[in-house]
Amino acid sequence: MNVGVGLPTTTPGATGERLLEWARRADAGPFSSVAVLDRLVYDSFEPFAVLSAAAGATSRVRLATMIAIGPLRSTALLAKQAASVHGLSGGRLTLGLAVGARVEDYEAAGMEHRGRGRKLGEQLAYIRGAVDGERVGPARDGIELLAGGLSGQAFSRMARYTDGYAHNGGPPRAFAGAAARAEAAWRDLGREGRPRLWGQGYFTLCDPERGEAYLRDYYAFTGGFVERIVAEHLTSIRAIKDFIRGYEEAGCDELVLFSTTPALEELERLAEAVG
Amino acid sequence: MTVEIVGGGPAGLYLGILLRKLDRAVEVRVLERNAPDATFGWGVVFSEETLGSLRDADPETHLEITDTFARWDRVDIRYQDRVLSSRGHSFSAIARRRLLEILQARCRALGVELTFGTEVEALPEADLVVGADGANSLVRRLGDFGTTVEPEGSKYVWFGTDLVFDAFTFIFKETENGLYNAHAYPYDEHMSTFIVECPLETWLGARHGDRSEEESLAFCEQLFARDLRGHELFSNRSIWLDFPKVTNRVWHDRRVVLVGDAAHTAHFSIGSGTKLAMEDSIALANALARRRWDVEAALVDYELERGPLVERTQAAASDSAGYFRRVGRYRHLEPTQFAFNLLTRSGRITHATLSIRDPQFTRTLDAWFGGKEVSPPPAFSPWEGFPNRFSLVPSGFVAVSAEGRISEETPVVGEWTRPKEPVLLQLGHAGRRGSCRPVSVGRDLPLPHGWPIVAPAPMPYGPFSPAPQRPDEAEILAQFVAAAEVDADVLELDMAHGYLLGSYLSPLTNLEEDRLRFPLQVLAAVRDMWAGPLAVRLSVTDWHPRGSSVDDGIAIARAMRDAGADLIHVEAGQTVHDDRPEYRRGFLTALSDRVRNEARIPTLVGGYLTTLDEANTIVGAGRADLVLLDLPPAQIERTLDTSNKLLLAEVRP
Repeated sequence: MNVGVGLPTTTPGATGERLLEWARRADAGPFSSVAVLDRLVYDSFEPFAVLSAAAGATSRVRLATMIAIGPLRSTALLAKQAASVHGLSGGRLTLGLAVGARVEDYEAAGMEHRGRGRKLGEQLAYIRGAVDGERVGPARDGIELLAGGLSGQAFSRMARYTDGYAHNGGPPRAFAGAAARAEAAWRDLGREGRPRLWGQGYFTLCDPERGEAYLRDYYAFTGGFVERIVAEHLTSIRAIKDFIRGYEEAGCDELVLFSTTPALEELERLAEAVG
Repeated sequence: MTVEIVGGGPAGLYLGILLRKLDRAVEVRVLERNAPDATFGWGVVFSEETLGSLRDADPETHLEITDTFARWDRVDIRYQDRVLSSRGHSFSAIARRRLLEILQARCRALGVELTFGTEVEALPEADLVVGADGANSLVRRLGDFGTTVEPEGSKYVWFGTDLVFDAFTFIFKETENGLYNAHAYPYDEHMSTFIVECPLETWLGARHGDRSEEESLAFCEQLFARDLRGHELFSNRSIWLDFPKVTNRVWHDRRVVLVGDAAHTAHFSIGSGTKLAMEDSIALANALARRRWDVEAALVDYELERGPLVERTQAAASDSAGYFRRVGRYRHLEPTQFAFNLLTRSGRITHATLSIRDPQFTRTLDAWFGGKEVSPPPAFSPWEGFPNRFSLVPSGFVAVSAEGRISEETPVVGEWTRPKEPVLLQLGHAGRRGSCRPVSVGRDLPLPHGWPIVAPAPMPYGPFSPAPQRPDEAEILAQFVAAAEVDADVLELDMAHGYLLGSYLSPLTNLEEDRLRFPLQVLAAVRDMWAGPLAVRLSVTDWHPRGSSVDDGIAIARAMRDAGADLIHVEAGQTVHDDRPEYRRGFLTALSDRVRNEARIPTLVGGYLTTLDEANTIVGAGRADLVLLDLPPAQIERTLDTSNKLLLAEVRP
């Protein structure tokens, strides 16, 4: 299993300079990818803009969206943005797409919230090259495409159009359950081999209080569910190691750990835990 | 610190005990609306594992409870005038009333305040409020828990009897209105619980709604007279009920938390309600201890710990409830298979686990199944080496013509060469799912400059798929017939997953009145040509609100059987691209079970089954006749030469 690290694009206090330094150090460290979250109505950076900059600051790691909310964007523009990041990075993009969880993002984007699943399906098919004679470049060949979501339809979209599954986080047990469903869908759609399985989790090794405050704010929209997210927050090297082992046993291919604070020291300490 | 517990059942009282043991400075009060000696229901069941955790949590009550226990390790199934027994199932039961007495006494000794006859109308003032007030919880209605309550299973009525059964006993009785069944188990030296249930249709047919409590009791006494051996049934407000399945999105809301039935119910047919309730109390008390009375943190811990366990038990309970609701369909099974089917109904017992608990039982089953005696307990695969077990290699989709291909890589039957091993040839026409890019890239991505596609109605399949044209049915029929001259061991016609023949069958994709017309025509013509075993691959449901339901699929399977199909290869969905599939391990098993036992035709089933134990359990219980295993890659290397092999275990005809 590979371990990647999140760029802290949604944590308060992260500056552009910090994000680029973070990407540079991750590229030099034991990580296989840097990944970003996506949220419109929040003080956070736009995922494709950040990955474009990260493309220039790195040479090795994969650049991943975990996930980007596809239906907030027009399909052709999304495809062009993704293809551009892919081209700029020398073919290092992993494009994870899902429908997201907040109506307000859709309202702010001026996009329909209803029918978002259907639109995501169209976007995945489009990016995979389902449209004859479409002239939106650059080439999208070789973009590693993932889809997320927990409904039956989400799993079938994933298995139909993509290379694998982007899980939304939680304990290894929850990941294992979703992974089994992803594999079941993969076989059902008659795909060859097995889906790539990406997982994610939150950690801090510097400031648990600050990290928790961020999680409470970021996930306030989930109501009581935020408590579960906080309870699963990894705040020690041992917890991180257990988490990594659990994901590995559950068949995860790439686990991305997102820091809940933007301190560069997080990255150094995580490197020790992972390395 | 003050704790108010609403509800003086096992969960509430036990929590009171544990909290006072934890910290004598905590004031704990239990509010119960009934009198101390009022109780509904008769005996409650515990498993061995539960007893272990009760011992660790409070040795005093554990001792008292286990002293009065009725214990047994046998399950008896009385079916068609036969009694089938299975051993090795450790159960204990106690009178609910006795259990409450023990817990109340212990509460008093520990200084838990018990207030009876008090109806709660508003949330009590306290640092922690616990809703332990059952399936109809009032506390739950005063908070925001995202509650769902829906009936599940059959109609049931809960009696006691002074006949002391010596095993957990399932009794099945045929009537003119359908099948009734009883769940009976002893709970002390004088009494047994005796629950009677029947499906809604039977209940309505027998007009139980018009009968009084006494009349219902008399009816049940008469129906089960032979099994009651002259003993009486007793009523304790015993009326026919629907079992309420309670689920909550969250189990706590600020300082209010739910335990036991208030938080989650589990159908009585797996006997886990009281066990879950008391385990909740243990988990909650432990979380409060660990978090040093940081209530909010402890409630999160409690929910995180219990949630997944309870979810699994609820899923098993729902499977069990569904089993009893539809048990009538198994009336054609041999008693041994019927019994194994019952024991494995909730997925918690499998062939492998039963062979440890009760090797004699699985030996009997395997011998019946294999048609010969087996010596020592089969270690790995009980049907290995039996004459009626064989392996087939599935061919994968083979097209009847170039136009019928899925992608340019799809083999066409004329160019297809059979492998040396026995082979299942899967013959189809891709219909509107044809002319696509390679499967390695994805599915249903139209090929630029592909070939024209056909379907009974002009709706495109996926978001960018072209509109199909009318098929030339005579030509396609001739292609299927010509293909049936091929050399293979089993021939399968693909009528599933929205390929051409499948798209005829669904109202979503065929506007004709008689949707079976062309598929049956093809089947009949191929049947005339092909003398060997003939299978039909069928999407038993479209997984779509306006598509074919499971009942429709069973009717179609019946029609296929009558037209000469020997086997249904059970699939579901993919008729349209935006269906709502239900993926999980073994997601097709329940559908196969219904097709096999309602349409009464042998079935082949896959659906992400990855162990031989799953195959043995499914085939042994009569849920399918042949199993397609998705062995994980490592295991494929170990047990088979190449991937994508089909492992089939065949039941004798």
